[in-house]
Amino acid sequence: MRTREHTDQEFEQELRHLREQLLLMGSHVEGIISASLRALVERDSELAQRTIEADRVVDRLEIEIDGLCLQILARRQPVASDLRFVTMVLKAVTDLERMGDLGVNISERVLELNNETPLKPYVDLPRMADETQMMLREALDAFVAKDADRARRVIARDQIIDDLYAQIFRELLTYMMEESKNVYRATRLQSIAKYLERIADHATNLAELVVFMVKGSDIRHPDSRNEGDKN
Amino acid sequence: MNGDANTDAAKISLSVRDLIVSYGDKRALGPVTMEIAEKHVTALIGPSGCGKSTFLRSLNRMNDLVLGCRVEGDVRLDGQPIYGPGVDPVEVRRRVGMVFQKSNPFPKTIFDNVAYGLRIGGMRDRAEIAGRVERALERAALWNEVKERLGESAMGLSGGQQQRLCIARALAVEPEVLLMDEPASALDPIATAHIEELIHELARDYTVVIVTHNMQQAARVSDYTAFFYMGDMVEFASTDTIFTHPSQPRTEDYVTGRFG
Repeated sequence: MRTREHTDQEFEQELRHLREQLLLMGSHVEGIISASLRALVERDSELAQRTIEADRVVDRLEIEIDGLCLQILARRQPVASDLRFVTMVLKAVTDLERMGDLGVNISERVLELNNETPLKPYVDLPRMADETQMMLREALDAFVAKDADRARRVIARDQIIDDLYAQIFRELLTYMMEESKNVYRATRLQSIAKYLERIADHATNLAELVVFMVKGSDIRHPDSRNEGDKN
Repeated sequence: MNGDANTDAAKISLSVRDLIVSYGDKRALGPVTMEIAEKHVTALIGPSGCGKSTFLRSLNRMNDLVLGCRVEGDVRLDGQPIYGPGVDPVEVRRRVGMVFQKSNPFPKTIFDNVAYGLRIGGMRDRAEIAGRVERALERAALWNEVKERLGESAMGLSGGQQQRLCIARALAVEPEVLLMDEPASALDPIATAHIEELIHELARDYTVVIVTHNMQQAARVSDYTAFFYMGDMVEFASTDTIFTHPSQPRTEDYVTGRFG
């Protein structure tokens, strides 16, 4: 990736603005995820409600960033690293928007749970949420630093999330088998764990996009790449 | 810099080895080594004065006509050295035709413009000449527009038509390679689109080498792209590679507009 500036300063400014808007969107999504988990742990339904409404900002940014990308593609016809940057942003906003929606889903489950007595103290879910947020933050930092190695480390972290999800699922299963009246709460908690697992998957996507942007090579679906050759 | 653009799959039309071109004492280009694939479009890009036009002109010995110009190294067309002793530069230019930036029709009729190269080549048979003229105009995608007025002056054609006439004139002598030096830079977008479509068509039968300042044009029309800078060939690769992930930082800077 080149760090030299474009001869055309206006173009340089447009790309900078695009980068800033993507980061702004990313920080809003981070905020939604952390607030939704705080609403769970602190049983704060009002915070959960505010979090659901905050997703509107993320949706608005998605539309705005999409528009900026199309404008740059149409007017500047970017190539090479600029092209990879703009197409990466186009895909990244979709991942971020989904993460925001999943944060809303968490808050919705929190509202349901807060009407019930707590099933158990929350330990692993907040841990999983911390890990997930860290992945998102690291993916965005790797994007800013144009650091492919850092992005690859984010991808490797996804295994931690998958393991945590399996562990939480096993534990909730025992609660459900013990007592059928636990099922309503346990399935809600299981959903939240699933949402977090999905958010981590989107963070992994982001990290893969960062590697593509920096290196120009696609590291998604490593097994499917040579399928065409086999036939 | 070696020219390795994975042209392995295609047959090689022009093979250039250690080509150095100097004007007087000043080296303008090289050494350049590069293989140009047959029946494909190869684009040469780079800032003004980078040597791309000099390189293009050395492919059909047009530099011979420039006073004080010296060419070293080896250029082979279908394996035969074009700078070898006893090689007739006029024959080289018949096999490697050229179209210039500014269309330059002769102040003659449309028919005579296209027939010109055939007649000075010694062709006398009228029916044969007429057949070749028609075929060349068809290949240049101009026949339908001019078939009713072959006897009119070429100067009455539009700019885009004049440029296609020049292409027909180059094609009439049945070359193997067509060199184009900024063939669309003086044309409006519609006429440019016609020329670009024509370049695609021509690449079925001819090897096309095009110099262009318009990078989008290089991206649109070519299979391979070579980037020249200050007399060196910096990078030569498939056009996809040059415009999505070039390997040389100088190429990246140039195609993304981060130059100087």
